[in-house]
Amino acid sequence: MKVLTNGILKENPTFVLVLGMCPTLATTTSAINGMSMGLATMFVLICSNVVISLLKNLIPDKVRIPAFIVVIATFVTLVQLLMQAYLPAIYDVLGLFIPLIVVNCIVLGRAEAFAAKNSVGLSALDGIGMGLGFTLALTLLGAVRELLGTGACFGFHLFPDNYGALVFVLAPGAFIALAYLMVIINKIQNK
Amino acid sequence: MKQLIVAPAPHAHSGDSVRRNMLLVILALLPAYVVSVIEFGVGALITAAISVCACVLTEWCISRFLLKEQRQTIGDLSAVLTGLLLAFNLPSSLDWWIVLIGAVVAIGVGKMTFGGLGQNPFNPALVGRVFLLISFPAQMTTWPTPQGFGTSYLDAETGATPLYYLKHMAKTGDLSVMDQLPALKDAFLGAMGGSLGEVCALALILGGLFLICTRVITWHIPVSIIATVALFAWIGTPEGMDSCQYVAYELLTGGLMLGAFFMATDYVTSPMSAWGKIIFGVGIGFIMMVIRTWGAYPEGMSFAILIMNACVPLLNKIRPQRFGEKKK
Repeated sequence: MKVLTNGILKENPTFVLVLGMCPTLATTTSAINGMSMGLATMFVLICSNVVISLLKNLIPDKVRIPAFIVVIATFVTLVQLLMQAYLPAIYDVLGLFIPLIVVNCIVLGRAEAFAAKNSVGLSALDGIGMGLGFTLALTLLGAVRELLGTGACFGFHLFPDNYGALVFVLAPGAFIALAYLMVIINKIQNK
Repeated sequence: MKQLIVAPAPHAHSGDSVRRNMLLVILALLPAYVVSVIEFGVGALITAAISVCACVLTEWCISRFLLKEQRQTIGDLSAVLTGLLLAFNLPSSLDWWIVLIGAVVAIGVGKMTFGGLGQNPFNPALVGRVFLLISFPAQMTTWPTPQGFGTSYLDAETGATPLYYLKHMAKTGDLSVMDQLPALKDAFLGAMGGSLGEVCALALILGGLFLICTRVITWHIPVSIIATVALFAWIGTPEGMDSCQYVAYELLTGGLMLGAFFMATDYVTSPMSAWGKIIFGVGIGFIMMVIRTWGAYPEGMSFAILIMNACVPLLNKIRPQRFGEKKK
């Protein structure tokens, strides 16, 4: 249980570990986009954690990074093809960032730091926890940016479009929103 | 019994303070503000009032409730100055809630987040302006045409600024829009469209000279910016146009004078040494002309200053030689 909640709160990949910033900043233009990116990453995280944990005694230490990458890349390709087939709209929006999950620091980081040292069950839980933490963070960031930028949340308009500050949908707004969310969350956690 | 007080140097105080400097800058801005009230009417009054009040109030709220400081800093007038400069950079017909957002961002994001006056890497007023420019591009680039004091606040007649025509000419070489430009005399005195406080070059130059005479700022930054812009414009004059005239238009329109004398010279966000200031000014002038000539926006002064603000820590590595120190 501790392993599961660890990734959501205490070691949240986005707000505490600050890993995987590229997809975090680039894909969170709306709550839906952020959530789908988070879910795709979560799927890869869980699967790669399980498989690497299974193979940990077979992989020689010297070539472990290439071996991990091969496993991760397999699942990323899987996600990419599945999304292209069944969710073409979201696939078009996320575009290049789906294949880029391969180089996401969280996935490789958890493989190296957790799955290579722990049992299959714990690794799966860690993958779920970290993935959920990442998904929640991206959804939150996406929702804040969408709300401030266009006045909507998950596509439902709360106030008219032209009252939204466009900057939050663009790159600078991503940095500003992320920084302030981080401040707020660290403040709450330190209490 | 008399007490002997032992204190380290310096023993004499010149009476210089943050408050005094801020007050002098505000005084220097007043002539330009009077002109804009004459040109744009009530809108100029409302916009500046909202901006200044919101800036002061934001700073007070943040330091009182978020940081829980014992000593409030609004007395040093820097928030008043930020609010005034922000208003100078906005069209006078802007909706009140956009001005409000700009002021909150300028003080909240641009200044207090970094730790208040003296810590901010970027000019707070420009942070507010650029935030608004990117967020509300349509409203921020709708300029009222000056119609004297009777100009109404929100439904003022709008038109393109001279910079738009200049860019058009520089890009396409099409000189047919030439007669759309205001006469040079009008550009100098302020009878043209533009942001609230940037239109009257004469008043801004007078204010700037006042600041140089009272030693609030030095000549290095404004002179190097203006010289760079003049040189760039002289080389890049579109064919078929008198280069003196073109240089004069580039110098007198847009936010150049306001930026050169009042925004770029902000103590906190400009370099300390003389050479650092000159490099800073040349950089601003060059980046601004690049944006004016080839960029997507007609005016690049605020972006240019913010970009060079980011280089200031680097420029501050240029230091005067210590007394007695040998060059290696």
